[in-house]
Amino acid sequence: MIPMNKKQKKTLLRIIITAIALIALNIIAMPDYVKFAAFLATYLCIGHDILKKAWHGIANRKVFSESFLMAVATLGVFALAFLEHSSDYNEAITVMLFYQIGELFQSCAVSKSRKSISDIMDIRPDYANIETDGSLKKVDPEEVAVDSIIIIQPGERIPLDGTIVEGSSSLNTSAITGESIPRDVDAGDDVLSGCINLNGVLRVRTTKIFEESTASRILELVENAGSLKSRSEKFISRFAGIYTPVVCYLALFLAIIPPVAGYILGGSLDFLTWIYRALIFLVISCPCALVISIPLSFFAGIGGASRNGILVKGSNYLESMSKVRTIVFDKTGTLTMGVFEVSGIHHSPMEDERILEYAALAECASSHPISQSLKNAYAKEIIRDRVKDIQELSGYGVTARVDNDVVAVGNSKLMKKLNISYRECHGTGTVVHIAINGEYAGHILISDQLKPHSKEAIQSLKSRGVEKIIMLTGDIKKVASDVASTIGVDEYISDLLPADKVFWVEKLLASKPKGSMVAFVGDGINDAPVLTRADIGIAMGAMGSDAAIEAADIVLMNDDPLLIPKAIKISQKCMSIVYQNIAFALVVKFSCLLLGALGLANMWAAIFADVGVMVLAVLNSIRMLADN
Amino acid sequence: MKKKYDIEVDCANCANLMEEAANKTPGIKSATVNFMALKMTVEFEEGSNPKAVMKDVLKECRKFEPDCEISF
Repeated sequence: MIPMNKKQKKTLLRIIITAIALIALNIIAMPDYVKFAAFLATYLCIGHDILKKAWHGIANRKVFSESFLMAVATLGVFALAFLEHSSDYNEAITVMLFYQIGELFQSCAVSKSRKSISDIMDIRPDYANIETDGSLKKVDPEEVAVDSIIIIQPGERIPLDGTIVEGSSSLNTSAITGESIPRDVDAGDDVLSGCINLNGVLRVRTTKIFEESTASRILELVENAGSLKSRSEKFISRFAGIYTPVVCYLALFLAIIPPVAGYILGGSLDFLTWIYRALIFLVISCPCALVISIPLSFFAGIGGASRNGILVKGSNYLESMSKVRTIVFDKTGTLTMGVFEVSGIHHSPMEDERILEYAALAECASSHPISQSLKNAYAKEIIRDRVKDIQELSGYGVTARVDNDVVAVGNSKLMKKLNISYRECHGTGTVVHIAINGEYAGHILISDQLKPHSKEAIQSLKSRGVEKIIMLTGDIKKVASDVASTIGVDEYISDLLPADKVFWVEKLLASKPKGSMVAFVGDGINDAPVLTRADIGIAMGAMGSDAAIEAADIVLMNDDPLLIPKAIKISQKCMSIVYQNIAFALVVKFSCLLLGALGLANMWAAIFADVGVMVLAVLNSIRMLADN
Repeated sequence: MKKKYDIEVDCANCANLMEEAANKTPGIKSATVNFMALKMTVEFEEGSNPKAVMKDVLKECRKFEPDCEISF
């Protein structure tokens, strides 16, 4: 059962009382005038607020509201029953009763989805711990200045973005990144607010104030998302604005013209039948099924996406995402990891382990990224005592004495210089040749690694209807073609400067098929102009980069390219629900209007067209929340 | 100048009507109502007094929806 607020409970109580009274009134026999009074009282019990609102609308010259429609329709039916002396006031009360049930249902559905979204987005930190005179003090995170030291204990949420000065721990980052594997952090690492500290105590120097910290910004983005309205939402509000008055005038027309025309043509003046049909029109004319279910679908879709680590900055972007037919990828940092790792050891006469050891030891004094990746691959502690006579030859490499062996580590120029014959590498990347005591000992290939899911992501995008996938890179052609063929992108363009990327995206935008969208995916570091230019800019792993969050329309909170097909899937599901709801509601309403005009639909059909359709549309929208 | 206010309103169509009413209020450059988040984002005209303008906005909105509330 959904917890209700005070207003909802009150409505529920009124519904129950009315239902019981209605049954009782139909069972107990009583004189006509008592019956009339009892029915009237029941009617007022269920409908007094609607009548009041309708009157308020008329008094303020804003006539065409839902309340007005319901008030006129039910009062009309009530009056007809009185005029026809049928003493059957059930219809008026039932219409009002079902209307109220529908309203209550809608209100509960909305609060429920609001609640489940805010549960997902439950990343708002409540307090920060500050150490004063050796004891911890809890303070409001908004009061903590940049460069303060805060303490985060196990189980606590990190309140502000910062850098660890002391301590190590594992962090649960799932609320921010959607990634379920805990991330290990150590002194010197940056931490994001909203993550949960799992085991160690951390001392963190804050780098941002509360409003600019990650958690606050994510909440801000999700809250603002609904303000950028999609085309479907705009269509529906415009439609509702026209539809309601038109149906009201049609109802008026229906109540007057046919009976008068019938009278002129020699029939009787049958006002009552036609007024009844007109009232049916009024009940059907409520646009609420459409008006509520569309924003609800988008809201649920955006919420579901954020739970997966996909921040969508507006309903319009969620809508556009389903129409993406061309995706342009940046290479480094997007499809590849952007970190250089040892990817192969070739032509070595000794074990790989050994050769790596020599290389890492010889390079131990260097801070070059290449030597860093050698040290990472070696992964053991480097004992500097084993290395002597280190000579760095800038642009060539290093020579050193390791355990009495003379080791030369460097590029082909170094090998030539030392007159050592070497073998070319067929792989793509940076090649590090190694010679030991003047003998060639093979080479180590260091290259940027593909992300584990890049290939899968490209395939999955194609199965989701993306027709063209293009990779743009500033890298050289050999590397680009290698990556392109491995992961299966359709086209690649290499040797680009950042400004060239804008040019290519503009070219694609100019040639795209009508109604389709071009998305650009970048890591956001120097892609801001392209992200802005594309129909949809997607920034990846961008929670650190302010420029990317500013420029992108969709922000992926971790580096996994698989989130892109996921985002498309969510948006396609959302849009299909939106279209289903629009089509279903319009078809039912228009057929009931037609049947009502012909006298084939009674008040019950009208109630279904109004309340029933709304309930079904809302249930359909809520399906978005159920998606993992 | 842009500001965000918490609002209270029951139905989605009423939220649309509030948005319409707010946009017609003098002193408002543009207003959007986010029914699901219950927020109204308002951009004021240059040199207008937000408090006074919001008072008018609430008055206009109440013509459509007597129960609605804007916290400012």
